[in-house]
Amino acid sequence: MSFGISGWGCYIPRYRITTREIARVWGDDPLRIRDLYLIEEKTVENYDEDAVTMAVEASRRAIVRAGISPKDIDAILVGTESKPYAVKPIASILIDALGARYNVQAVDSEFACKAASDMMILAYLSVREGKYSNVLVVATDASQGEPGEHLDYSASAGAAAFIISRNDVCAVIEDFYSYCSDTPDFWRRDGCLFPVHGEGFTGEPAYFRHIISAARGLMEKMGLKPSDFDYVIIHQPNARFPVRAASILGFPIEKVKPGLVVDRIGNTYNASALLGLVNVLDIAKPGSRILLVTYGSGAGSNAFSIYVTDKIEERRGRVETLQEMLKMKIYVDYSLYSRFRKLIKMLQ
Amino acid sequence: MPDYSIPVPRYWRRIGEYYRLEASRCLKCGKVYYPPRARCSCGSTSLEKISLLDGNFILREFTVLHSVPVDFEKQKPIIHGIVENVNMNIRLITQISDVLDISKLHKDIPVEPIFRVVKRDGNIGIICYGTKFRPKSIEGV
Repeated sequence: MSFGISGWGCYIPRYRITTREIARVWGDDPLRIRDLYLIEEKTVENYDEDAVTMAVEASRRAIVRAGISPKDIDAILVGTESKPYAVKPIASILIDALGARYNVQAVDSEFACKAASDMMILAYLSVREGKYSNVLVVATDASQGEPGEHLDYSASAGAAAFIISRNDVCAVIEDFYSYCSDTPDFWRRDGCLFPVHGEGFTGEPAYFRHIISAARGLMEKMGLKPSDFDYVIIHQPNARFPVRAASILGFPIEKVKPGLVVDRIGNTYNASALLGLVNVLDIAKPGSRILLVTYGSGAGSNAFSIYVTDKIEERRGRVETLQEMLKMKIYVDYSLYSRFRKLIKMLQ
Repeated sequence: MPDYSIPVPRYWRRIGEYYRLEASRCLKCGKVYYPPRARCSCGSTSLEKISLLDGNFILREFTVLHSVPVDFEKQKPIIHGIVENVNMNIRLITQISDVLDISKLHKDIPVEPIFRVVKRDGNIGIICYGTKFRPKSIEGV
C-alpha cells in the first residue's frame, strides 16, 4: 500500500509588483537587483487578503482535485509564519470555511518557512499508521519585509494545499529525511513588524548546509542518486540559491527549472518550495520521481522523495493550474503596494 | 453580505452564510433563500441547507461607494454588486473585490466567489471573514 498526495491546489493573489518598480522607489539599480535575486516580479496581497483567505482558496482547490468531500478530512494541519492573529488558529477557521467535520484535529505550526513540510511528514505518518484517511496540509504566508531592504524585493504572498491520503494517491511519498540545528540566520522577535537576517549566516551555514545535508541524507538512506530523479524542487527565497544548491547536489538545470517559480511569484515562505511542487505536479508524467527539499530559518530542512503514479492524469483539469493563475495578473505601483500591505502607518 | 455593524456573537452565528454562502432550499417547492430562512413563502418549514458556492455567477448590477462606514475607510472605494447564481436563479448582494480600474468594470460579466477579509475590528478586535466576488477574467480591471 502506498501513501501520499491525492490532491493539490494553490492560490496566489492577482496583484503584482515588479522589482524594477521597487528599485525605482528606493534608488537601487534595477539591473543589479534583478541580478542579485533573479526575481522579475512578486505577488501582492490585496487589502482584504491574508494568510487565512489564501489558505481557504488553496484548500478548496486541493479538495476538488482530490475528489473528496470536506467531510472526509480527518485533520487540518497548517504551516505559516504570518498568522493574522498571534493567538487564534487558521486551522479552525478552515474547518468552517471548508465545511469540514468538527471532530477533526486542527492546528497551526511554525518553523519559519519549513513548518508546512513538517506537517506533511506528520500527515504522511498518520495515514501510514492508519490513524487518518485524509489529512489537509496547508502552507500559507503573506510575510513581512522591511521597506527598501532585501526582503522588500522578494517577500510575497501565496498558499499551497495538499490532501495526504491512504487511498487514490497520485504522488507517493516514498521517504523523507530531516536535518535541523540552532542556526541564527533569520528571525523576528515577538511584537516586531519585520524580520532581520543574521547576515553572515544566511547562505553557507544556514540555507546550503541544511538543504544539502537533508538531500544527501535522503539519497543515501534510499540508495538513490541525482540521476534517479526527474525533478528537484528546493526552497526558493530567490532564484539564485536553489539553482546553486541543485548544482552542488549534482542536478542539471533542466531538472530544476520546472519547480522554480520564485522569479514570477517572489518568496512565499511556507508555500515557496511547495508552489514549486504544485507546478511540477501540474505537468509531471506518471513514473516521474521528484526530490523536494524545503528549508526554514532557525534552521532546518526536510527532504522528500515523491513518486508520481498513473492517477495523476485524472486529477488534472479539475481546477486551474498555477500557470493559469500566473497569467491572471494586474500590476500595481509602490503606492498601492504600500497600502495593500498595510505599510502606511498613522502617527496618531 | 455581512452586516457591517454586528457584534462578535451575531457574526459567529452567521459564519455558515458568510463563509460558505449557505442558503436554505424548500423541500416542498424548491425555492432557495439567501440569507437562509426557517419558513418558505409556500408555508413549508421543511428546508435544507445548501451551499451556493458551486454555481455560475453573473454580476447583474453594481454601485461604487466612496463614502463608507468608519471600519471601511482604508478600503474605499467599495463596490457593492448584485450577483446572480444562474444555476439556482437566486440573486445576492455582495462586495466585488480585485478591481483596480472601476471605470472598466461592466455589469453582466462572469464573477466568482472568493474568501476575503470583510473588516478588521481596529487593531485588537476580531477579523471578520466572508465571501466576496471578483471578475473571473482580468480583462479591463
